[in-house]
Amino acid sequence: MSSLRIIVPVKRVIDYGTPRLQFASPPIPPPHYLNLVLLPPLSPAIKVRVNATKTDVDRNVKHSMNPFDEIAVEEALRLRERLGADGVKEIIAVSCGNAKAQETLRTALAMGADRAIHVEVSEEEKLQPLGVAKLLRAIVDKEKPDLVILGKQAIDDDSNQTGQMLAGLLNWPQATFASKVDIENTLLKVTREVDGGLETVSAKLPAIITTDLRLNEPRYASLPNIMKAKKKPLDKQTPETLNVDVTPRLQTVRVEEPPKRQGGKKVDSVDELVDKLRNEAGVL
Amino acid sequence: MFALKRAVTNAAHIGLQTRPLLLRGYATAADINTLLVVEHKDNAIASSTLNALTAASTLGGSVTALVAGDSPDVVAKAVAGLAGVSKVLVANDPTYGHGLPETFAPLIIAAQKKLNFTHMVAGHSAFGKNIMPRVAALLDVAQISDIIAVESADTFVRPIYAGNAIATVKSTDAVKILTVRATAFLAATAGGSTASSEPAPDADKTSPSEWLGEEIVKSDRPELGAAKRVIGGGRGMKNGENFKLLYDLADTMGAAVGASRAAVDAGYVDNSLQIGQTGKIIAPGISGAIQHLAGMKDSKTIVAINKDPEAPIFQVADYGLVADLFTAVPELTEKLKK
Repeated sequence: MSSLRIIVPVKRVIDYGTPRLQFASPPIPPPHYLNLVLLPPLSPAIKVRVNATKTDVDRNVKHSMNPFDEIAVEEALRLRERLGADGVKEIIAVSCGNAKAQETLRTALAMGADRAIHVEVSEEEKLQPLGVAKLLRAIVDKEKPDLVILGKQAIDDDSNQTGQMLAGLLNWPQATFASKVDIENTLLKVTREVDGGLETVSAKLPAIITTDLRLNEPRYASLPNIMKAKKKPLDKQTPETLNVDVTPRLQTVRVEEPPKRQGGKKVDSVDELVDKLRNEAGVL
Repeated sequence: MFALKRAVTNAAHIGLQTRPLLLRGYATAADINTLLVVEHKDNAIASSTLNALTAASTLGGSVTALVAGDSPDVVAKAVAGLAGVSKVLVANDPTYGHGLPETFAPLIIAAQKKLNFTHMVAGHSAFGKNIMPRVAALLDVAQISDIIAVESADTFVRPIYAGNAIATVKSTDAVKILTVRATAFLAATAGGSTASSEPAPDADKTSPSEWLGEEIVKSDRPELGAAKRVIGGGRGMKNGENFKLLYDLADTMGAAVGASRAAVDAGYVDNSLQIGQTGKIIAPGISGAIQHLAGMKDSKTIVAINKDPEAPIFQVADYGLVADLFTAVPELTEKLKK
């Protein structure tokens, strides 16, 4: 295993603005507040809204690659830059979802992945982490990678499960929430972000890594690379061809707007603030 | 930029108070048999486990706590004394010393084979997030992450899209695996009796991974995820030295200090202090970027000090002071000392 094959699963999610790229629009203030403050102009990023039937959020909005997955693609590319083309033989991007998942795969290819596999799932909204982990296991069985690098969570369902589930299904070691990755021969050393600080674990390959935000700063695809990416191979699979049952285990009963905070009281001085905190809010 | 808050000390407003526990269907409280996976370090129970225990008790039925470690006896004894715990399983082995999922998952599966749990519960901490999905996959069941309320034995409430929507989901699996948002449930306290204790079933302890070491940020201040009051600093702090202003204020109030991602990325403070979608969920605010609000907007009281009167944080703050933090924070510290 002197030459690694790396699989990077990527997810197409609603782009509501990542902290790295842009600021999200502010929550809508309660009406009485309009008297008190001029609203900043709404930024172009998307505010997620619950749909009319309260079964999901409105998905007819701009989508992009899950930011943690961009970090995963970047880390695979950086491993190849460090270990050389002999050290990392191939980087394969995989996405499970509807036909538009191919756009996300082309982005990964434009960043520098070598080829892509699209697992087409028609009812994308019903795909859940366990189903995705099983699809990825089937891809791993076919492609025999040494390493799978996933984002630690998708910013839509916020589950933080798929990488761990895949590790469990494969019985591979897992290094989650990675902020630093080193590979020497077949030994992986990962610094993980844990509550209170950092810890370091090592594992023999093959293994699963999930990325934390501080692992790296993903590159942008250049225009020539975007053009080249159009010619890179993109294979298609389905849950049927992979023989995987992706029946959802969780049923969404309803989706609601979060309760709005009744914020917005301004004070004029530190003295008034201390007084309110002591006598009105009971905080002190 | 600066914000101060007092963490939620009861179930979040969208939680238990407005949604009474309705145990529907064939499962009755007596059938519910829950495993609580206990996180601990240096002979102390992690605070998130105490909140997860309250969530487990809310389910009804019995709660069995699993305490695994390289010398877990002190913690096991403390867990046995917690209200709501009916039994403690103790696994004492060096391989359980650092919470590796590769050894914890087989242990939990062995416990499941023996005791047939209907629910498994852990805190939505780095420990719980790491281990529980691996267990779920091995049991071929879904996991419900970061729950903020229990609606019934199979139906749970959780935030999605960084808290911009709240989903209620119903599990069709035989075993429900849950991780619990600490700030949405009260911490369990010591009860009047001691639960029985027994060794956990034996499991495969071979691990393909190895724990090498850690760098934990030492602090005398309260733990960020469980503090009653948090002082948060953002990019407006300008540098790491200026955080001393916040530490002084925090020490005056007995508060923890947290930070926005911008402050962490700029290197002002360590990443373990990050509040927001990808860091700690606590029930403070800075400019009020959406990912940051995800971690703090359930606070009971939010105070914002920001010189920009249009900062989004003022839309969620209960009390806003438009002022330069470099004068307002020291003044606040002095006045609170009196």
